[in-house]
Amino acid sequence: MIVADRKSLKEILAMVEDDKKILIAGCKGCVTVCNTGGLKEVEILASSMKIARKKQGNDIDIDINVLERQCDTEYVAGIKDTVEDYDSVISLACGVGPQFLSEMYKDQTFYPGVNTTFFGGATEHGVWEERCAGCGTCGIHNFGGLCPIARCAKSLMNGPCGGSSNGVCEVNKDIECIWDSIVRKKMDAGKIEDLMGVKGIKNWKTARDGGPRKSIREELVQGNI
Amino acid sequence: MSELKSGSNLEKVLNAGHFAFTGECGPPKGANVTHLKEKLNHLKGKVDAVNMTDNQTAVVRMSSLAGSVLMIEEGLEPNFQMVCRDRNRLAMMSDILGAYALGIRNMLCLSGDHQTFGNHPDAKNVHDIDSMQLISMVKKMRDEGKFLNDEDIDVPPKMFIGAACNPFADPYEYRVYRLANKIEAGADFIQTQCIFNMDKFRDFMKKVVDMGLHEKCYILAGVTPMKNAGMANFMSKFVPGMDIPDSLVKRLKSVDKKDQSEEGIKFALEQVEEFKEMEGVAGVHMMAIEWEHMVPEIAERAGVLPRPVV
Repeated sequence: MIVADRKSLKEILAMVEDDKKILIAGCKGCVTVCNTGGLKEVEILASSMKIARKKQGNDIDIDINVLERQCDTEYVAGIKDTVEDYDSVISLACGVGPQFLSEMYKDQTFYPGVNTTFFGGATEHGVWEERCAGCGTCGIHNFGGLCPIARCAKSLMNGPCGGSSNGVCEVNKDIECIWDSIVRKKMDAGKIEDLMGVKGIKNWKTARDGGPRKSIREELVQGNI
Repeated sequence: MSELKSGSNLEKVLNAGHFAFTGECGPPKGANVTHLKEKLNHLKGKVDAVNMTDNQTAVVRMSSLAGSVLMIEEGLEPNFQMVCRDRNRLAMMSDILGAYALGIRNMLCLSGDHQTFGNHPDAKNVHDIDSMQLISMVKKMRDEGKFLNDEDIDVPPKMFIGAACNPFADPYEYRVYRLANKIEAGADFIQTQCIFNMDKFRDFMKKVVDMGLHEKCYILAGVTPMKNAGMANFMSKFVPGMDIPDSLVKRLKSVDKKDQSEEGIKFALEQVEEFKEMEGVAGVHMMAIEWEHMVPEIAERAGVLPRPVV
């Protein structure tokens, strides 16, 4: 899923400091799963903002709405009758949400209430970790099922670098050296030969380097499925 | 070993079977050519080639290409370092051609320390290709006369290809295989990370020799003379991939502060003596960090002068 962290209350308050009536739009997709932009988080943000503004002697009127998904025009269209009633809208969806909203409602201002961080999953309750870089050409099977593009700080195809120490990355002690894990997995399995030779140079055209990407499924476009 | 690949002085020295002795010089944090030339002059005639570092520890300095050319002007032979952190494949190939055109004949292919260590930690890194792929790219340019896209190169760059090896990084058991991969990729010579843990290095070289890697590539052992116990502590804590045994720190601390540099040099000299006899070691890479003026004395006392003229 897409993982996001909520922006600080201070930063969000500064975005809407001149506004008197706003909407906070949550999303029932990934940000609900990672406890950043679902109903609960939308309610908490709304309450926190109201209290803060009241303290400033500058009350704010806040409505909330949690969309089914903000990355789908069908659901984004669901707020068309009310969206212009607000001075601005804070979206707690990933970076896709406020863009879909901005594209559909050109006269409204949408603020991102979260920082979208990575594609990953929960490794324990309350902890999410990056797993995928969305490079467009998946080859994790070549690395024992572990992705060095997303998980090595240098995206090395032929690691580990000379900074790997005790299974930890040179960048900081909280980062696992994924190449250490790849190598140990192969060695434990008696498959060191899988790591011999030079892994070829990557084609980054399928990653963001080829420009913004689009995925077209003809059968769906044509309405056959 | 055989026909020369680049004809660099370093290659000729190694090819003739001499024990190589290379030095290192960091370019200035600015365009202070006078200071750079002063540092280089200490090394003149004392080493076979000098590594010109490429924004080492991710700190911005004068480009290694410019520094290498200034070195040639001073009559020394550069080993042009190139890291994968700061350039994509276009910039790399372009700089390799430029380097060759300007008279550079050795290069060292590196991943590069992560930018968070340096003075621009907010920078975006590149890592379009990695050090292993860089080695193979330079080999392809040199031996096949082709760019990565298989287009012909009009006058290919004939580089003597170097790579780094850190026997002290983890997983240790894999390090010799990684070295084998670098050699297969096209490394002609290896310069190791600074060696302080001699027991581990002896074990590593035994594995290298057992696999016959020393017969496919020249291995230069990395030596850094410690200026004092404080430097040992600093390197141990802040330089990635360093293995500094407590015994060395204790040895440095066992003498008066004013004598610690001499103790550090003595340890380095003992290392050089051992490397001269160690099977598989073809030379020493002396990294006297910001201590270039001590290299003549170290070289003299190490008995590696005069340098061979081949």
